Amino acid sequence: MALHNLTLTQISKGLEAGDFTSAEITQHFLDRIQQLDQGDDGLNSFITVTPEQALADAKAADDRRAAGNATPWTGVPFAHKDIFCTDGTLTTCGSKMLGNFVPPYDATVVANMKREGAVCLGKTNMDEFAMGSSNESSYFGAVKNPWNKETIPGGSSGGSAAAVAARLVPAATGTDTGGSIRQPSALCGLTGLKPTYGRCSRWGMIAYASSLDQAGPMARTAEDAAMMLNVMASFDTKDSTSIKQDVPDYTATLNDDIAGKVIGLPKEFFPESLDGEMKQTMMNAIAEFEKLGCTVKEISLPSTDLAIPAYYVVAPAECSANLSRMDGVRFGYRCEDPKDVEDLYKRSRGEGFGDEVKRRIMVGTYALSTGFYDAYYVKAQKIRRLIKNDFVKAFEEVDFIMGPVTPSPAFKMGEKSGDPVEMYMEDKFTLSCNLAGLPGMSIPAGQINGLPVGLQIMGNYWNEAAMLNAAHKFQQVTDFHNAAPQGIE
Amino acid sequence: MEWEVVIGLEIHAQLATKSKIFSGSSTAFGAEPNTQASLVDLGLPGVLPVFNQEALAMAVKFGCAIDAEIGKVSVFDRKNYFYPDSPKGYQTTQLHHPIVGMGHIDITLDDGISKRINVTRAHLEEDAGKSLHEDFHGQSGIDLNRAGTPLIEIVSEPEIRSAKEAVAYFKKMHSIVTYLGICDGDLSQGSMRCDCNVSLRPKGQEEFGTRTEIKNVNSFRFVEQAINVEIERQMDILEDGGTITQETRLFDANKMETRSMRSKEVANDYRYFPCPDLLPVVIDDEYIQTIRDSLPELPDQKKQRLMDENGLSEYDADVLSATREMADYFEAVAKACGDYKLAANWAMGELSAALNKNEVDIKNSPVSAEQLGAMIARIIDNTISSKGGKDVFAALWDGKGDDVDALIDSLDLKQVSDSGAIEAIVDEVIANSPKQVEQYVSAEPDKRGKMVGYFVGQVMKASKGSANPGMVNKVLKEKLDAKC
Repeated sequence: MALHNLTLTQISKGLEAGDFTSAEITQHFLDRIQQLDQGDDGLNSFITVTPEQALADAKAADDRRAAGNATPWTGVPFAHKDIFCTDGTLTTCGSKMLGNFVPPYDATVVANMKREGAVCLGKTNMDEFAMGSSNESSYFGAVKNPWNKETIPGGSSGGSAAAVAARLVPAATGTDTGGSIRQPSALCGLTGLKPTYGRCSRWGMIAYASSLDQAGPMARTAEDAAMMLNVMASFDTKDSTSIKQDVPDYTATLNDDIAGKVIGLPKEFFPESLDGEMKQTMMNAIAEFEKLGCTVKEISLPSTDLAIPAYYVVAPAECSANLSRMDGVRFGYRCEDPKDVEDLYKRSRGEGFGDEVKRRIMVGTYALSTGFYDAYYVKAQKIRRLIKNDFVKAFEEVDFIMGPVTPSPAFKMGEKSGDPVEMYMEDKFTLSCNLAGLPGMSIPAGQINGLPVGLQIMGNYWNEAAMLNAAHKFQQVTDFHNAAPQGIE
Repeated sequence: MEWEVVIGLEIHAQLATKSKIFSGSSTAFGAEPNTQASLVDLGLPGVLPVFNQEALAMAVKFGCAIDAEIGKVSVFDRKNYFYPDSPKGYQTTQLHHPIVGMGHIDITLDDGISKRINVTRAHLEEDAGKSLHEDFHGQSGIDLNRAGTPLIEIVSEPEIRSAKEAVAYFKKMHSIVTYLGICDGDLSQGSMRCDCNVSLRPKGQEEFGTRTEIKNVNSFRFVEQAINVEIERQMDILEDGGTITQETRLFDANKMETRSMRSKEVANDYRYFPCPDLLPVVIDDEYIQTIRDSLPELPDQKKQRLMDENGLSEYDADVLSATREMADYFEAVAKACGDYKLAANWAMGELSAALNKNEVDIKNSPVSAEQLGAMIARIIDNTISSKGGKDVFAALWDGKGDDVDALIDSLDLKQVSDSGAIEAIVDEVIANSPKQVEQYVSAEPDKRGKMVGYFVGQVMKASKGSANPGMVNKVLKEKLDAKC
């Protein structure tokens, strides 16, 4: 089998067995990136590729292995979403605003991966400041979905999703504020997990909406996602919202029996309006869980409809303050010849931010302003509690909640980019997880019109291991996760 | 018309923590620009704040000291505004749920009457950096060393009625935070700054007039001057039938005027909302009690003790307890000499006079508390006279020596307290003054007391001033009365 078709777990084992070296496999993936990602017809899934650093790291990893200090990750190639600060490497967050920003420090997630000896090949493309569901808002150009280059890969972690789907890397980090790991994972046929809020440190992860942002793995299989979460997750005193909770070995429980687990199907996730083929694909996948001994129960999450309006108040409000530091004073883009400080602010921000970012800053600024604060921000926070309460109640009766990740498979580029509200609807099944702080994942569940779609699995707080276990058992009896875009294998 | 002045003060006090409120950077003053600014202080993308527990303890300490309600759940909010020395584009502060709620302090007015001023609240927040407009030729420099220094902003109720009361309140707050050791109180370095809200209303009217806020006044004297000139300004406008504009003003001490500042920003909407990067700060009764138990003696308590236990007058006790520096100095003197009253006399007399005359702050006094105490001890044990003490003090002040006993020797100030030696001199003086002895003996007994003065003068002269005046008096009386 070609090296790039190996899963993360297989690569780890291959390095351990001495089947190949990190230098060899790193070079192999770097070559693929050059062939498939760059140029007019390339996927454009990377903003920055760091071949020299990667090869040096690979060599160091091989030495470490020779010295007997290897971990499962030592020498394994992967990529970081360009939202994570990497010491000495350009970190743009998909924006012109940070087009020249080279951080002097590593994000905790980056440091965790480095410590294990993982080899980062570069930084993946994304919607500007993680705002978008199609990866079309990136200053560095749209990313193509390897399943069909005329369609979007999803967003905001669209670069990570496309890169893993095209097997340019075996796995990549992502972040999820309203679905940004799960939605692109679904549209590119990957296994992606957004952990419980507080599981992965946010230190060094450029903030979009601080109370919702969470990092997580994007890989081909649940087993790979477990291996990656093992290292990404940590308690971090540098992040006050990080929660002190032991990190279990997520790979240790993958094969546990799931018979007897109860799956809740919220009727709000299967509305009349849901596409028939999507519904059927979901039900087929859920039937596989029943074959594994799970039982299914209809439940209700009555506040689901409120997730979109609540999210589009809370997230813009937080981002309107989080992005204020991008002011052209200390780092990042600065306009030419500012007349005075006000001109410097206005033009640096006016020229440095794209339309979607400006739209959300304006919405958030409005929602926080005097006279509107109670009507929008305070009310949205109340809705958040209602949504959370729905889930808390539901998880008294069920182990998992399942439903679609997206209403449809990947759409055509440009199809929704002119209509923000239409674009926002793309997130209607993923937002409530973030608002409640719960873990959620997307696993490949089949195809519609030759494009992959994902089944969403939501679990109770800190139940990532159980979710990965269920996903792995599913992947032992199904083949959806092994499908590859045409021409990739 | 008769006007009533209404004043409320907002005092910013920098907390004397080792590191900043949300980062590990040092808070030391005076380093090269931007050398004490970490990633967090610079507001780089991706950084996060972590709340400094030392700042929390200090704020709670303050709350306990002013007998305030302590917020068991306090919340940090973001106050959004753009300014180059505000690196994140927002200031992290506490709006709705401050760490310290309603409390109070008592101030003493000129007539000796005590007045209670209620404190609305005190909240924690971060200081901004500094914009440097010199030396950059058409540009501005930004120094973020100060950015993130912890502050408590102490907000008074509008219960202050004159510039003098405002100064007394500011001084009392200064005294409390320095007694607590939570602020170095150095006004010249901006460790404490005061915003003065001033308005006038016709006497008897309940409704407040429109107020102005004089920003960043940084000395006691300037607070008094700024408020007085602002009262004058407002009164002139109101007397002429005009109206006051609500605005922020700056005090110019050279021109003795206040002038409008950034009136454009009056309508600034700060869009406060809870900071999602910081959890609410939750503390329990036990935490508060531990801090309450650790409070040092505060100015009012010290004053009371000095009166009740150490026998000082109310006036002396008030003056000596008013500032931490004076109180510490005085207590050290008293401890070294063992006599609070004498220590008070010297501290308020000779020492204060010398400090005032030379415009020296007590913390830079050339005479240390230990030296002054040692010198007073020599007066108490009769080694020197009070007058000799003054000579020692002057010598210490002028740096002519460090050691009190060595100075007594070198200045030849030791007084003769040997009764045999004194008796010999007294006998000699009596023998040489037959006429005066005669007058003494023939005088009415109740007039004799005054007449001893002559003999004392002679004895002191004969001893070249070294005889212990108390003993001389006693021996003279005995010997003269024996002749009657």
